[in-house]
Amino acid sequence: MKRTLKILFTALAATMFPVRTLALTTLNGAGATFPYPIYSKWFDEYAKAKKNVQINYQSIGSGGGIRQVIEGTVDFGATDGPMTDEQLKKAPGALLHIPTVLGAVVPVFNIKGASELNLSAEALAGIFLGKITRWNEAAIQKANPKAKLPAAAITVVHRSDGSGTTFCFVDYLSKVSPEWGKQAGRGTSVNWPVGLGAKGNEGVAGMVKQTPNSIGYVELIYAMHNGLAHGAVQNSAGKFVKADMESVASAASAAAKNMPKDFRVSITDAPGPKAYPISTFTWLLVYENNQDWRGAVLKDFLVWMLNEGQKMAPQLGYAPLPPGVIAMVKKTIESVQ
Amino acid sequence: MSRDRFFKFAVLAFGLVVVALAICLGWELLKNSHLAWSKFGLSFLYTSTWDPVQETFGALPFIYGTLVSSALALTLAVPLALGSAIFLTELAPRRISQACAFLIELLAAIPSVVLGLIGIFILVPGVRAVETMFQVTSYGVGMLAAGLILSIMVLPYITSISREVLMAVPQPLKEGMLALGATRWEMIRQVSLPYARSGIIGAVFLALGRALGETMAVTMVIGNTPKISASLLDPSYSMAAVIANELAEATSDIHMHSLIAIALVLFGITMIINGAARLLIDRLK
Repeated sequence: MKRTLKILFTALAATMFPVRTLALTTLNGAGATFPYPIYSKWFDEYAKAKKNVQINYQSIGSGGGIRQVIEGTVDFGATDGPMTDEQLKKAPGALLHIPTVLGAVVPVFNIKGASELNLSAEALAGIFLGKITRWNEAAIQKANPKAKLPAAAITVVHRSDGSGTTFCFVDYLSKVSPEWGKQAGRGTSVNWPVGLGAKGNEGVAGMVKQTPNSIGYVELIYAMHNGLAHGAVQNSAGKFVKADMESVASAASAAAKNMPKDFRVSITDAPGPKAYPISTFTWLLVYENNQDWRGAVLKDFLVWMLNEGQKMAPQLGYAPLPPGVIAMVKKTIESVQ
Repeated sequence: MSRDRFFKFAVLAFGLVVVALAICLGWELLKNSHLAWSKFGLSFLYTSTWDPVQETFGALPFIYGTLVSSALALTLAVPLALGSAIFLTELAPRRISQACAFLIELLAAIPSVVLGLIGIFILVPGVRAVETMFQVTSYGVGMLAAGLILSIMVLPYITSISREVLMAVPQPLKEGMLALGATRWEMIRQVSLPYARSGIIGAVFLALGRALGETMAVTMVIGNTPKISASLLDPSYSMAAVIANELAEATSDIHMHSLIAIALVLFGITMIINGAARLLIDRLK
């Protein structure tokens, strides 16, 4: 009995006071799920490169990231939708938006026999508003003269959880359709006029894959992984563009020309004939003034992210920042301390 | 202090902790949902718009979804569970009865997310096939799928508890009934079931409690659409599912408070149902 107790006690003590073999510096962050694959890769590689720095990241969602960074429970946050002025005011210090990579949201569909689909802004908004209910309606057929679209009813699938992916998608719909803006608007979760809700990008991808004649929207990488067909979307120049590194980068460089100083910018429906219209930046939220050594470590990581990290983006399905934006960000992070 | 007294105070303290936990839970929920109550008042309970952008929140579709899916689950599960419990206690050979009882208890140990996956990959395509047959819009997911998956989930609870209480019916009573010339059916109906009644009702309410609060499996198959529809084939939404789905990304205070208000409503409903179960069982005893 006594021995068991002793062992138990030692075990307990061991868990409470982990033996520190290294003087580890640990930073904690939380936020967006959309850039989680690239962030975890970055933090992993950075830890390997720097040996004594460890960065923990919890992908709890943009909303959670914003809340935690305001409350100061984490050292940095991450979000897919820029913070509002109101939220920035609540933060105890000056909070910077640092763009890290770009992503695209693509409409995925499941129509027997169709692997390509051109979607005009009008058609996409109509489908998600519940005004276009069958695949062979003129608004869709017009842009796909060669495709034989079925007369079947369209099943719309959207996210059931709040999400930066949703924000990007409805931000686009709000820009191209005044009616969408009036009826549903923009936000990380909205009051959907029609459709089924599925949890997470993987949930939407799975539901679309399973349901005949359905349409949904996911991050580009999830469409690629699940082998789902994704449509070309009509951009502001009237061209039908499919999402890929190039078309997303093109949207970003169009926006980079008049990038605001705080980087809070939406690049949906960007100008330019090659731009993919449903793309977005994703941001890290970093305080200008940090406690003790934290500022220096954060700054070092951000510089590494801009130099080394960007190269890792394409293989994970994200577009790297355009050079013009990188130069701007470098200037901004000089103020981090 | 004598050991007896020490023991008395210790267990009293433990008991009070449990009560305090329940009270704290209620208080926290109330405190963190006050914005929703002060903005919407009681209309929160009977309006059905859920719009995070306009910040208008009404919980009725979720309350409806939770209650209807749970009721559907019980409607399907109770006859099945009761029937198999009677079979296992009264009719099946002992060996089979024991083996089955073991398997049923095993069924209760399946994590709900696994059941949800079974729901997505087997149940939903099945429901969709039936819907296609009847030429209605074939979503597959919806109230029916949620009710079915919940019924599978609560089935082992009702079966295994009912079996236990039916086994506790005194043998002399049953034998007396048979000696009077009753058939086995009459014996079950007039002796076993009335004797075990309060235990069986307890089992059903336990199952109902589980069905009301079930989150993961339901959100995977219910369709997550906050609309009230008379058709069981249409997608719906439940209280636990909306909390799980939206809490992480609720950026505005009022959205957060509304979700916690839903948690409070769910808390209240389970309390009321448990209280009702208590009263009913006491009345029957």
